[in-house]
Amino acid sequence: MNTAIQIENVHKHYGDVHALNGLSLNIEKGEFFGLLGPNGAGKSTLINIIAGLTRMDSGQVSVMGHNVVSNYRQSRQSLGVVPQELVFDPFFSVREILKIQAGYFGKAKQSSTWIDTLLEGLNLTDKASSNMRALSGGMKRRVLIAQALVHKPEVVILDEPTAGVDVELRSSLWQFVKALHNDGHTIVLTTHYLEEAENLCQRIAIVNQGQLVALDSKEALLARGVGSSCTVSVTLAKPIDRLTERLKDKVKSNDDNKMEFVINRDTDTIISLVDSLRSLGAEIIDLRTEDADLEDVFIELTRQANG
Amino acid sequence: MNWQGMYTLFHKEVKRFGKVALQTVMAPVMTALLYLLVFSHVLEEHVRIYNDVSYTAFLIPGLIMMSIIQNSFANSSSSLVQSKVTGNIIFVLLTPLSYLEFYLAFLCSSIVRGMAVGLGIFVVASFFVDLPVHNAFWLLAFAMLSSAVLGSLGIIAGIWAEKFDHMAGFQNFIIMPLSFLSGVFYSIHSLPEFWQTLSKFNPFFYMIDGFRYGFFGVSDVNPYYSLLVVSSFWLVLAGLNLSVLHKGYKLRD
Repeated sequence: MNTAIQIENVHKHYGDVHALNGLSLNIEKGEFFGLLGPNGAGKSTLINIIAGLTRMDSGQVSVMGHNVVSNYRQSRQSLGVVPQELVFDPFFSVREILKIQAGYFGKAKQSSTWIDTLLEGLNLTDKASSNMRALSGGMKRRVLIAQALVHKPEVVILDEPTAGVDVELRSSLWQFVKALHNDGHTIVLTTHYLEEAENLCQRIAIVNQGQLVALDSKEALLARGVGSSCTVSVTLAKPIDRLTERLKDKVKSNDDNKMEFVINRDTDTIISLVDSLRSLGAEIIDLRTEDADLEDVFIELTRQANG
Repeated sequence: MNWQGMYTLFHKEVKRFGKVALQTVMAPVMTALLYLLVFSHVLEEHVRIYNDVSYTAFLIPGLIMMSIIQNSFANSSSSLVQSKVTGNIIFVLLTPLSYLEFYLAFLCSSIVRGMAVGLGIFVVASFFVDLPVHNAFWLLAFAMLSSAVLGSLGIIAGIWAEKFDHMAGFQNFIIMPLSFLSGVFYSIHSLPEFWQTLSKFNPFFYMIDGFRYGFFGVSDVNPYYSLLVVSSFWLVLAGLNLSVLHKGYKLRD
């Protein structure tokens, strides 16, 4: 059995909203797995179902072979979740919180050394006696990671762990998470920073409107972009007032006189793009092309799924 | 059973109110003593409910039980609503604790808070009034069962409430009136018949009346009957709690 998380045909409704629509996927043991999707795609609902925070309408989910409903004690022992929001209990110090969390999992007695290791690894040793209220946002985020790891789970889910985190802390967090992965943990990451997923994840699932849009290795996903689409960055002498509808569809970003277009090489050419811009009176002073990155693939796939 | 997990949650809840003991234990003791001071001063010479019992002595069990009721309820309800509003409830929901363990941990911590406040008032009041203890069993039985009832009601209210305003409504429009109109300050025999009958539908009346029997050996109704009513009420609430927690109502949507 090499599957860390098994998700089979999961449905979840919130009133009329079909948050998850028959979603199925497997995450293998020891993988660094990325779960991507636009806001409202169903990522958090899926994570909550895996963690037992939300009940699915139908389907099956298991963690390390333990069904999350019928065998929830074992599945939760195998799982650590770092939530997206900076939530904390204002009554306790960092060390107290970690001891309490270990106690819930029946591991209070053997946790002291591990808590020290976590505090050191996350640069929190000097804050161990501080109340949670006294910590900065970045430190609170690190405590959340320690809380998720305090019972030594085999699978760790990080839900937007670097949202609002400064560059230095982000880098140290990733070093810590990479070390966890090297130790054999299965890591599931959701993030809005696509370059993070591109750098860290071995396989990536893209979810949109409660359905799986793509599930492949990072290399295979990126290869989807190569040969079919590319990004053209154009610097203009001065901004142009209006674009044709056909050009509007290709715009990726528009920052005054610097514009980015995504073109499909099967149907468009760079020359035709240049001609279209010149016909609008644009004076092109620089032009660069880039092969697709994960962001282009993500945008293209979610755009296709949205019809 | 995840005994250690359940004990951890119970211990955390006790530590939580212990860290703010000035607000959660000392303040209710002070409030009860102020009631005692004012009411005993005004009514001591004018009211006598049981022949050999002064009004001040009569009042103390009622005040102790009223404080037990209000604080047991406040313990579980405020902890839950605060955890829900701030979002830290997920740290409990992510764990392998069962709904039964969750219930028992919150229940026992509410009992500890209720007993701590009740004992505090008893000890301090004993310095001013000579309080007889007719039968300690009845005292403990009613104090613990009443804490259990209100702790259970607090869990339901904490799960149901989505904001502090809901909780204030529950506390001020249900718990407070029922506890004030349960015979804390009077015997129901001094009420007109209609209000006497109505009082007998108030479960808080049986808590106070049975508790008072433990002190004086006299009560408005048979203490066995009161014990049956309070025990039954707790069992119904425990069943409701377990059902709500099992379904994950407003916790695991």
